[in-house]
Amino acid sequence: MPLVKDGKIVGDSFIHVADDVEIPAEGAVLMSAARFLADPEALVGRNNPTAVIWPNNRDVDDLVPWLSKLAAVALVFPTFRDGRAYSQARLLRERYKYRGELRATGQVLRDQFVFMLRAGFDTFEVKKDADAEAFAATARRYTVFYQPTGDGRITALHRRMQQRHQAESANP
Amino acid sequence: MYAYDEIDRTLINERVSEFRDQVKRRLSGELTEDEFKMLRLMNGVYLQLHAYMFRVAIPYGTLSADQMRKMAHVARRYDRGYGHFTTRQNIQFNWIKLADLPDALEDLAKVGIHAMQTSGNCTRNITTDQWAGVAPGEVEDPRIWCELLRQYSTMHPEFSFLPRKFKFAITASAHDRAAIKVHDIGLRLHKNDGGETGFEVLVGGGLGRTPFIGKTIKPFVPGRDLLSYVEAILRVYNQYGRRDNIYKARIKILVHELGIEKFAAEVEDEWLAMRDNALTLDDEVVEDIRSRFTYPHYKQLTDLPDELKAASADPHFEAWRLNSVAPHRRPGYSIVTLSLKPIGGPPGDATADQMDAIADLADKYSFGEIRVGHEQNLALPHVAQRDLPALWRALDKIGVATPNVNLVTDIIACPGLDYCSLANTRSIPIAQELTRRFANHDTANLIGRLHVNISGCINACGHHHVGHIGILGVEKNGEEFYQITIGGRADEHAVVGTLIGPAVPYADVADVVEDIVEAYLALRARPDELFIDAVKRLGVEPFKERVYATR
Ligand code: HEM
Ligand code: SF4
Repeated sequence: MPLVKDGKIVGDSFIHVADDVEIPAEGAVLMSAARFLADPEALVGRNNPTAVIWPNNRDVDDLVPWLSKLAAVALVFPTFRDGRAYSQARLLRERYKYRGELRATGQVLRDQFVFMLRAGFDTFEVKKDADAEAFAATARRYTVFYQPTGDGRITALHRRMQQRHQAESANP
Repeated sequence: MYAYDEIDRTLINERVSEFRDQVKRRLSGELTEDEFKMLRLMNGVYLQLHAYMFRVAIPYGTLSADQMRKMAHVARRYDRGYGHFTTRQNIQFNWIKLADLPDALEDLAKVGIHAMQTSGNCTRNITTDQWAGVAPGEVEDPRIWCELLRQYSTMHPEFSFLPRKFKFAITASAHDRAAIKVHDIGLRLHKNDGGETGFEVLVGGGLGRTPFIGKTIKPFVPGRDLLSYVEAILRVYNQYGRRDNIYKARIKILVHELGIEKFAAEVEDEWLAMRDNALTLDDEVVEDIRSRFTYPHYKQLTDLPDELKAASADPHFEAWRLNSVAPHRRPGYSIVTLSLKPIGGPPGDATADQMDAIADLADKYSFGEIRVGHEQNLALPHVAQRDLPALWRALDKIGVATPNVNLVTDIIACPGLDYCSLANTRSIPIAQELTRRFANHDTANLIGRLHVNISGCINACGHHHVGHIGILGVEKNGEEFYQITIGGRADEHAVVGTLIGPAVPYADVADVVEDIVEAYLALRARPDELFIDAVKRLGVEPFKERVYATR
């Protein structure tokens, strides 16, 4: 599955560690929430980056104490119809100010990129090669956004106010 | 009317180009039907019995004459020359080709019309009172808030893949014409004791297989907090709404399973954590939206002009006027309802020629504005009373002056087996038969206000639960049967109707309705006791007896 990060197709720097496999001392590792929560102190204490796959039916509140020490959080779209991870992403980014990598995994298709970017994802495990290749073009498709989210894009409502203020200061 | 600016137009055009690309990928096989399904639904495209069906949004039910002409053009050019107005202020085209859809959308985009989120598990078209902005006694024009909600919900990055579809309706009048109690979120605009404008928020209403009347979650949310409060509700629903069973995925089930108090507490917690965020609407932003609604330059007129008095001598005109013309907030003006329920016709259908003619009449008599109501009728919202006689003659000529608004032949019906792939039974032929039975205007008038609603299956698109008489088609051993409920209503006193007994076969439905109506006429306390009030007073027993005694 191709990985898109910062708009480009890249190799995955994380080793995915299954629950029954010992966690290597070296290297960046990505593990399940259950595995992580069994001993979070020790895992964030590793000298190498640690990342967690957080299921979409579990409150992100449980992850909050460890956020500042996590290199990446992977959220899951079991099907593209299941949008719970969008809420989780916004909460992590906007409410809990998580600044590490936020990865979308599962059924990640090009038609969701804009939504995901706006919700705060910056890394995408894309299901289809063609979609990963189309990432840059797809991400640029929209230039108008109606809602304020943590991605900082100016909303239509505020753009209108700016235009109005500009017009007013041009013709006082 | 609200005028789209460059910003809104850009978004619509970007959406059309995205959809063109999605259709191309589907036609080339790059997208599977399963992947495409969700995408097409979010552009209002269903795969139906005979063809693709295309549902176009009419935000808060307001259309300009030019927009109506474009609908006529789509009907003529890409469909079979007609469209179907629905109970959620949309229009549907039943015979459209997938390959034509991007062009149809592009044509509509030229007049600021789109099909975004007319289906799919996202916030659907925001609906309101079709008399918004002109009804006497309204708190303020609710469409300003509809527009704010339309913008807020369009392509929402967090809530475009909810557990299930999500419907808002708003009213700003004491008499609810928007059926807010049977929507996922119902909003009642009112002023609090301090004179501040805000919303009573109801949640968890809906029909379908498990009907619920919405419950008040908060009696007053100030306008500035509307979006953040709504976001809190949507977020709780997105996270905790059931996804294991599509029949239990609507917010009404979550509210029911948790109980309104618990649900309200969850929402409150969520809201308190974010209430002062960027969603807070400052007055300037609201004023900006308000300023882009234009209102007609009404003339100084007086009520009951001579032209109207003279015309009232014609009993046909007078019958229509009494039935279809409602008071307006401005003296000398009226709101005129156009019945899309001709005797023997499918409820809600309009031909391209009718649409064009209505657009011309709107230009001539209603400052170029048209409304669509959830009863599947249209309205011209600003007609000078002195023009009523001329307007009536013109409407009559194109077949939309049947004087039956709110009468027994003003039937709300879903498409049923004639078009719908989910249907168990027919709806339209039942509606047609009933309109023929009650075609006599004097009889219908004697009966008075009586809403008949018909659905071809449990999904309740025809709102049968809240019909004064509700008719629900069910299949038994390959045959069409119909369950009859009475006493439902969708207004400010909304209740779900009560089943009167075993389902009856197709051939008996019209007789049963006649029996119920006869029972009512015999039992009503006074000629002005409405059917719905008589049912409330008497209960279902006497009606049940009348219907089943001989069956
Ligand atoms: C022809 C294609 C149609 C299909 C496949 C369809 C499908 C459905 C389904 C599956 C539901 C149940 C959703 C639920 O309760 O979770 C539903 C509800 C509904 N439909 Fe349709 N429908 C169609 C046409 C229409 C039309 C023509 C109208 C209006 C005349 C309409 C208005 C509604 C309304 C108002 C509901 C709301 C029920 C509620 O309040 O919960 N639908 N539809
Ligand atoms: S009620 Fe059933 S038959 Fe009627 S339109 Fe809805 S899904 Fe189709």
